[in-house]
Amino acid sequence: MDTTITFTVNGKSHNLAISPDETLADLLRKRLKLTGTKIGCEEAECGVCTVLVDGEPTMSCVYPAARADGKDILTIEGLANTRDGQLVLHPLQDAFVKHGAVQCGFCIPGQIMTSYALIKRHPEPTSDDIRHALKDTLCRCAGYPTIENSIIEAARALRTGEPVRVPSIPDSVNARSVIGKSQVRPDSVEKVTGAAIYTDDLTFPGMLFASVRRAGIPHGILTKLDITKAKALPGVAAILTSEDIPGEHNHGLVIYDWPVLVGIGERVRYVGDAIAIVAAESQEIAEQAVALIETEFEKQTVIKNAVQAYQPDAPKLHANGNLLKHIKVRKGSMETGFASADVVLEHTFQTQITDHAFLEPECSLAVPLEDGRMEVYVGSQIPYQDRTQVARALGWPEERVRIVGQLMGGGFGGKEDIMGQIHSAMLANVTGRPVKLLFDRHESLLVHPKRHATQIRVKLGAKKDGRIIAAETELYGDTGAYASLGEKVMTRATTHSAGPYDIEHVRADCYAMYTNNPPAGAFRGFGVTQSAFAVESMMDTLAQTLGLDPVELRRMNALHVGSVTNTGQLLRDSVGLVECIDKVDSAMRKLNPEPFKPQPVPGSEHLVRAWGFASAYKNTGLGGGAPDTSGADLELYDDGTFEVRSSAAELGQGLVTVMRMAVAEEMSAAPEIVRVLVMDTDLTPNGGPTTASRQTYVTGNASRLAAVTLRQAITSALSEKYDVAPEKICFEGGQVHVNGHSLTFADVAREMKAMGQNPRALYEYEAPKTQPLGTGGDMHFAFSFAAQAAEVEVNTLTGEVRVLRILAANDVGTAINPLALQGQVEGGVMMGLGNCLTENFIVEDGYVVTDRLARYRIPSIAHTPEITSIIVEHPTAEGPYGAKGVGEIVSIPTTPAITNAIYNAVNIRVDSLPVDQEKIAMELASR
Amino acid sequence: MNLWQQYIRPETVADAVTALTSAPGPALPIGGGTDIMLDLHQGRHSPVHTIVDLTGIPEMKILEIRDGRLFIGAGVAISHIALHPLAALYARALTEACDLIGGPQVRNVATLGGNVAHALPAADGTISLMCLDAEAEVAGVAGRRRMPLPELFLGPGKSALKLGDVIVGFYLPLAKPGEASAFKRIMRPQGVALPIINLSVWLSRSGDTSSPHPGPLPQGEGIKQIRIAVGPGGSVPFRARNTEAFLAAKAYSPENFTAALDILLEEIKFRTSAQRATAEYRRHLVGTLLRNTLAAAWERAE
Repeated sequence: MDTTITFTVNGKSHNLAISPDETLADLLRKRLKLTGTKIGCEEAECGVCTVLVDGEPTMSCVYPAARADGKDILTIEGLANTRDGQLVLHPLQDAFVKHGAVQCGFCIPGQIMTSYALIKRHPEPTSDDIRHALKDTLCRCAGYPTIENSIIEAARALRTGEPVRVPSIPDSVNARSVIGKSQVRPDSVEKVTGAAIYTDDLTFPGMLFASVRRAGIPHGILTKLDITKAKALPGVAAILTSEDIPGEHNHGLVIYDWPVLVGIGERVRYVGDAIAIVAAESQEIAEQAVALIETEFEKQTVIKNAVQAYQPDAPKLHANGNLLKHIKVRKGSMETGFASADVVLEHTFQTQITDHAFLEPECSLAVPLEDGRMEVYVGSQIPYQDRTQVARALGWPEERVRIVGQLMGGGFGGKEDIMGQIHSAMLANVTGRPVKLLFDRHESLLVHPKRHATQIRVKLGAKKDGRIIAAETELYGDTGAYASLGEKVMTRATTHSAGPYDIEHVRADCYAMYTNNPPAGAFRGFGVTQSAFAVESMMDTLAQTLGLDPVELRRMNALHVGSVTNTGQLLRDSVGLVECIDKVDSAMRKLNPEPFKPQPVPGSEHLVRAWGFASAYKNTGLGGGAPDTSGADLELYDDGTFEVRSSAAELGQGLVTVMRMAVAEEMSAAPEIVRVLVMDTDLTPNGGPTTASRQTYVTGNASRLAAVTLRQAITSALSEKYDVAPEKICFEGGQVHVNGHSLTFADVAREMKAMGQNPRALYEYEAPKTQPLGTGGDMHFAFSFAAQAAEVEVNTLTGEVRVLRILAANDVGTAINPLALQGQVEGGVMMGLGNCLTENFIVEDGYVVTDRLARYRIPSIAHTPEITSIIVEHPTAEGPYGAKGVGEIVSIPTTPAITNAIYNAVNIRVDSLPVDQEKIAMELASR
Repeated sequence: MNLWQQYIRPETVADAVTALTSAPGPALPIGGGTDIMLDLHQGRHSPVHTIVDLTGIPEMKILEIRDGRLFIGAGVAISHIALHPLAALYARALTEACDLIGGPQVRNVATLGGNVAHALPAADGTISLMCLDAEAEVAGVAGRRRMPLPELFLGPGKSALKLGDVIVGFYLPLAKPGEASAFKRIMRPQGVALPIINLSVWLSRSGDTSSPHPGPLPQGEGIKQIRIAVGPGGSVPFRARNTEAFLAAKAYSPENFTAALDILLEEIKFRTSAQRATAEYRRHLVGTLLRNTLAAAWERAE
């Protein structure tokens, strides 16, 4: 029975018939097309759907639309004004843009609406007020300190009537006219007004809705599959099973081992395996049909972890067994090394599975075209790989598929694999209609690849003076049901497992194993997050055993220019590790001259504080011999604007700003006249995968070199036309100066076209060659380095741990955009903190326990310590303006810095993640 | 096809009772619905025919002094209680709990009635009301009745409310000089945002209550009366009656605290919750929590 409700939204009155179980979010998004309000979890956990109901922040995803009757609703679309045809942002929106609080942007409407209500109540909000009000408004890019500063600044602007000020972030020491100076994102305004479109915000006429029948069991053989009842349901347009796959039955990023759909007689390897897919006239019908599909399985023994998978009697999950790869690092001689050591230590560590928990769940929208081609709209980290995999499943040539990349509400490595792209395309192909396949949070948590749970044994041998002579590690990585990027991730875990240290004798063995857990793949840090926890914990134990300062121990062994890495690579430039260590050390000791000594809080002696230290390194780029290329296509338009295009992915990290800045720098133009188009396989050249912290380097270089190429073309054209030497032509202040003439870029475009030349340049950048592991030489073309110190407070009665401060120094080569770098550092630290303290993806016997966001907790603003970012810049010769990767290194040392601080505070060594406060409390109580 | 067929927003309690009893299928009263809607969406609650939304009933949205007691309508939003000066003055344990329930957005929608009616043994609102000696006013087919709060709970998630019953509001005695309450809880950063353990204390002080008291457990002065509630301390919200009986008319001293803790550990049955806390950890924590909550209430009761 429908009822009619009357309510106002953003000052406009509406009278609408609603269905009884409609939510306010659906009403706003689907009926009123106000898609600025996003949906992240549908469990009232993440806060991205926050709107104001009669002035109060409310999660619209669970708010019954019926209750909105008579209410006044304010959404993100209602904040900005238009004055004289110009958009006028609300000071909160303006501050979020100027301060760089906008990254992927998906949570921003929720952040701003929650803050808007806060400022109404507290015109001068304190940090505590902000943390209290925003506690449940999550941001996975986690620029929480910047969000806080934006709110404080917006409140000031509102109180005083003054304009919003820009933050004072120092320029790069290598700053040029554009490069090295803070730039706001090109997409930040649309992200603060709610105008930004993500895949689920799109609709097409005649669009169908898809849903996937998942196996629901971790291991077994599918023995029965009956879709008769489901097919009979009115409104169902198509149901497809394994038999309906036109092309290849498996997909995968490296190894095609992941079934598009598991067929009868075939093996189910995890709970998220797809069995059948449905397209229907509505989401509800699709889900109902999925529930009507009948399946039976012959259940098999479940392999729960990597060590079990390695046992000779373990059931074989894949044709080649359970070993995806045995990865080996060999340098020097372990016998010699350990024999000459004065002290040898050994310990085994365990890391947990974690989930990316990007706030935008996966969504794919496939649209069949009249000419027989297929467009797939999707937020993906590797658009060209999507194209390949979709085409192969459909049995088509790649060119028949176009991936149209959309804004991504976070990725962090979790949007590299195929999720709904193939399924939506298959359904669209069969029905001839657009098909949207949107995961809810539950499905997202069950299905997409996670961070590898890893068991790591570390054995270190050192001289009395602290010089490390030998390091031996053994890793068991749980890559779950399918390979995904498991081999690559575990290779990185292995090669980095002895830490950023110059060690003569190194041996590392890693067994990347298939299990019946959800697949594990790329996740910011790419295996190094795990191995850094182990080795950096051991470094502190070694320092303690030898009676050395843990910072001094690291400094003494640190990689430097001239060192040879574990894999035999001579480091020729850009090794800023010692500077990172020194800068964090001195900042830390300025705050506390005895940082590693436990310090009870006066008056609350049960609270004990101490600092902990860790350092890390992380490769930039694919490495290991893989060709690492990216293309950029730059075009000058008649109106004097540029567009630079590459199919690299923008997932919130800020690549689009880097591309714009590189072009502006080379053209001596204002960044605002450079548009950026990314992630479209028809319109943008392949930028390769957005992984391995590589895009600033490779696509940054491609954009820079495309601009250099176009500049040269312009120069030579003008040189010919005006008959002057090329060196007399000068690009300055947004114009080209030739012989006393000043040409605008619009003039330039006209002149070139008049000469029959197209003002456009395509550049295919190829990064320096690398060598495969085991062959010596350069396994990577660059490394980033970092050191972090964490101050924690442990409650010795309850075991609770609070992080008070993080000092983070990162050698990024050159800070191309200090504003975006700030966001990356804050977010990286918070993700590291989550990895250490809050996040635990629990799988029991192959069944996912943490299948809702309510059970998988990511850090909130309430967990946020004071984060101090120290930028270290040791340029790398081949990097764009000296830059190298940033995205991952910022996150890696946080976990061991925190656990080392816990050890220093209460003398308990955390060797398994996440930190368990119960273990700490009970251990302290037993003493 | 829908999760429910009918969504009704009555404007009086009587209409709500009628709507619940006259629905052609299973009917469910909801406050903010922040928990129960998720249970319905996620299949933890069986589908219902009719939802009766109680948040539009003016009588249930009142917070006032009524007949010498504090009346809090069951439909008052949690965030409203947390900030209400009357609640802060007379029922600090409740405002402290209300400031911690869920998150800010949830508190703007969730109601105290819903928190209690859910009958969870460690609901923050419920545990705070338990020490405040709250009485619930329940409307039903046979008219209205007052129930001491503990009588509302039969088991985890199971209340004594029958079909057609609606909690209208809660009556709390007004804290007099020398009386005060406090609420605290301990969480863990992973997993569900349920407390490992929560605890509320109401007490009245005897003797000269004007002198300053350095330190957490000052000697000499006495506890006249005390009420302690702990969650989760059993299948229903737990009142530590033996501990209360021991501490009543006793000096507020370290010795008495130690003895009281022994009694509490004797009378409470902690259990292990997977991925949240073992029973042993809860036993370990309850002393700290009792000490801190007692001290907070004691200091306020000056």
